[in-house]
Amino acid sequence: MKKLMLGNQAVARGLYQAGCRFVSSYPGTPSTEITEQAALYDEIYAEWAPNEKTAAEAAVGASLAGVRSFCAMKHVGFNVAADPLFTASYTGVNGGFVITVADDPGMHSSQNEQDSRHYAIASKLAMLEPSDSQECCDFVTAAYEISETYDTPVILRTCTRVAHSQSLVELKDRDERALKPYERNPQKYVAAPANAVKRHVEVEKRMEALRAFAETTGLNRDEMGDTSIGFVTSGTCYLYVKEAFPEASVFKLGLVNPMPVKRLADFAEKVDRLIVVEELDGVIENHLRAVGIRVDGGKDIFGLLGELSQNRIREKLGAALPSFAAYEEAVPGRPPVMCPGCPHRGLFTVLSKLKLTVLGDIGCYTLGSGAPLNAVDSVLCMGASIGMAHGYTKVLGEDAAKKTVAVIGDSTFMHSGMTGIVNLVYNRGIATVLVLDNSITGMTGHQQNPTTGLTLQNEPTYPIRIEDFCRAVGVQRVRVVDPQDMAATEAAIKEEVEAIEPSVIIVRRPCALLKYVKHNPPLSVDPDKCKGCRSCMKIGCPAIRFSDKKASIDATICVGCGLCEQMCRFGAFEHKEVR
Amino acid sequence: MKTTSIMIVGVGGQGTLLASKLLGNVLLKQGYDVKLSEVHGMSQRGGSVVTYVRYGDKVYSPIVDQGEADYILSFEILESARWISYLKEGGRLITNTQKTWPMPVITGTVPYPENIVEKLSAMADVTAVDALKLAEEAGSSKAVNVVLIGVLSKLMDIPEAVWLQAIDETVPQKFLELNKRAFALGRACGAGE
Repeated sequence: MKKLMLGNQAVARGLYQAGCRFVSSYPGTPSTEITEQAALYDEIYAEWAPNEKTAAEAAVGASLAGVRSFCAMKHVGFNVAADPLFTASYTGVNGGFVITVADDPGMHSSQNEQDSRHYAIASKLAMLEPSDSQECCDFVTAAYEISETYDTPVILRTCTRVAHSQSLVELKDRDERALKPYERNPQKYVAAPANAVKRHVEVEKRMEALRAFAETTGLNRDEMGDTSIGFVTSGTCYLYVKEAFPEASVFKLGLVNPMPVKRLADFAEKVDRLIVVEELDGVIENHLRAVGIRVDGGKDIFGLLGELSQNRIREKLGAALPSFAAYEEAVPGRPPVMCPGCPHRGLFTVLSKLKLTVLGDIGCYTLGSGAPLNAVDSVLCMGASIGMAHGYTKVLGEDAAKKTVAVIGDSTFMHSGMTGIVNLVYNRGIATVLVLDNSITGMTGHQQNPTTGLTLQNEPTYPIRIEDFCRAVGVQRVRVVDPQDMAATEAAIKEEVEAIEPSVIIVRRPCALLKYVKHNPPLSVDPDKCKGCRSCMKIGCPAIRFSDKKASIDATICVGCGLCEQMCRFGAFEHKEVR
Repeated sequence: MKTTSIMIVGVGGQGTLLASKLLGNVLLKQGYDVKLSEVHGMSQRGGSVVTYVRYGDKVYSPIVDQGEADYILSFEILESARWISYLKEGGRLITNTQKTWPMPVITGTVPYPENIVEKLSAMADVTAVDALKLAEEAGSSKAVNVVLIGVLSKLMDIPEAVWLQAIDETVPQKFLELNKRAFALGRACGAGE
């Protein structure tokens, strides 16, 4: 039976078919749906961990216990998980262990464009790269076979266009696997220096064996056609090459680390011009050059930035492009914005008004950096807001601390904000931290987290209260405000930034998109009362328009939150059905 | 059969994903190789969104490039202007005439461009419909997506029954009648060309 499946859904199907029993991940676009979909199979235990490191460690533990285990993360999540994974490369596995890392060339929803293939090389782990959903599914089984045959964790690398594209998948039955009994083996599993020295020898032997495997595996294949040009490529780039040059010879790498050097050298011999097509860094190209294989074009043609496409490949190689006509006038951009009724809007309106230095974090509230709020000074990585606010205020002192706040969401706080709070308390910091608790992990599409009181399967669990945590680690000033009440929020922030000690304000209101959140009917504007002062425009609400010197409301998207009403000094906003 | 490319463009939150799901389902029923590509996450949240749908005997690339789309199904008129360069020569734009102001227009930085439908009609074959009005006529402003699918269905060579069955399988049961009305209203517009 064939089914149209999202790449991520197909990875989950692959996990089911390969007999995987344990999945632990932290959400991150474009990897999130793998874990959500895996959770739908009764045979797989799946959970949201508070961060990628914890998830990876849980999966290593499950592997030690003898089951096929898994964790998924976005590319920057691998940075967080790198510590256990680099050493798991030395200890190896018991049950097979596969990690999916989803890169985001073009940065559709990420803060950088790092290329995860470097991690495979640095950690000495095998890496597979599927091109479509069928391969997403099939490569999971292949990855587990490599993992168990070669006693190693294996990385499956996807990218946005593989993870979030749908294509057909042939479904197979599950290969149920017996628990592989755990046998105590400290020489293997205790990564202390004396053992690790010996394990490193094993790692290098393994890489040698994997290099031999790469020369024979069906994961790599050549498709010989017109030999005037030959492409070496992998992943989504393979599809673009086939689209742009269907007649050309192609060497498709399914195993991108280690690479089949002999086969690639043979391929290079057979073609007149060897072109390497890869997004982001020249990982394949550099390796070919390093082992002395002639490369006639690669990063010098395609560059290091963003995504490729069939047209970009055609264009760079001088092939004809389809003709088209662009719209003659400039088209205004449409950046993402906070939703109507978003609880973050009230807070950022206050922060914008107070002109504070705001050290931000990763989540929907990153949107507070956009016009017209323009209320964020920095965004670095998950959890960085608190650490940065501590360093910033330590250096600049009390006056600066009175004008500075860290802003971090509930899920991000659990991910890596907690240690920042501990540092703040321990090192006698003076920063003010605002935890934006909207009762869900928002940006990645509503995942539960340790503060929500629900598991991935929506089963009740202990809800970790951020205020209890902060008090328990020694923050003396902890309070809770509702950002819908902008006056109270402003008063609380003014008081806490004045305090010369760590303080935490929990800014609490559920995400407007949560199903249980009830909305009011749309507001309307009384044109006689509207003076055209534009105060309401400062909140950056997509439901408010301004034309002919009057505000008006788009009733199709207004959820009646009433923030605009709080901004208006003339009482021009009315609660009534407009149609 | 050569690969056919369709783009569904709009504003995050307008229900473009349901439209692509419906279309994918229809094409699958017709026995085609199908690829759909969408972007989740930051690009939703009221931002410009695009879904690529491609079908034929064998589809390679999941994305549609400039000058490649046989059809563009647009949920918002400014988005039609943004993506028109993706239409191939002889392709057809199906556009909702609804306007959703983007933030740079709301903040007064730039005006919302005028007479977009007229200008686009001078560039390409355009079917423009007030899908919001038709959706409201069907019973809900949220049915804009199915109205537009209805318009597209009339222009594509696939039996109506296949579309109706796909709607039956894709939308929740309690909204089925509403969506069937929306589809019929859209389909009637498609005939008007």
